[in-house]
Amino acid sequence: MAVADVRLLGEGFSPAEELATFTSAHPEAGGIVSFLGQVRAEGGPGAVEALELKHYGAMTLPGMEALAATTQARWVLDGLLIVHRYGVMHPGDPIVLVAAAARHRRDAFAAADFAMDHLKSQSWFWKREKTARGWRWIEPRPDDHRDLARW
Amino acid sequence: MPANLVFLGRLEDVAGRGELAVSPGPLEQVLAALDPALAIELLGERVRMALNGALLGDGGGVILREGDELAFLPPVSGG
Repeated sequence: MAVADVRLLGEGFSPAEELATFTSAHPEAGGIVSFLGQVRAEGGPGAVEALELKHYGAMTLPGMEALAATTQARWVLDGLLIVHRYGVMHPGDPIVLVAAAARHRRDAFAAADFAMDHLKSQSWFWKREKTARGWRWIEPRPDDHRDLARW
Repeated sequence: MPANLVFLGRLEDVAGRGELAVSPGPLEQVLAALDPALAIELLGERVRMALNGALLGDGGGVILREGDELAFLPPVSGG
């Protein structure tokens, strides 16, 4: 199968363009499932004004590539796309895009879901959020670990 | 040539910097030369360590050599 397209970006990206490129590269796939994570826009005094993701050069991208390899080994895929931002982002900005192309839709759904759960809870990213009260580091949620237990 | 310590996530704020060049040697010796408040945070139960990009099971017996990079990794909070 094709090599996975795995990228760690310091600049904004267009999910629509990425998906169009990925889709046209995999005409043989019967189905493509994608997930887009974006910075949530909230109202009120606790609203997040900005979010920053920090990465570690020696481990973050290598870890994402290892996750892609695990995902490809587990499901029959025609292609796999993982694009993840680091740096400062604002509400509405895309953070992560995962797309899986497969002959059969169940493989594509499961592969995208698996990759997202592991990106969220096991990848080497550290997140802080800026509200009216300043920046604060975000600790992992118990849900992230429950999500992993599904697999 | 020094070794390099890397502080990720909130540890960067605790250290006041993202990286610190240190004299090579046993990890205990390296940590003993740091601000005690920082050293306590670095030894926290939930902080993991990676030597030159490879996760360590624990810090026992680590000796930093010239050019080594030791990263301190708090729990991740991705995506």
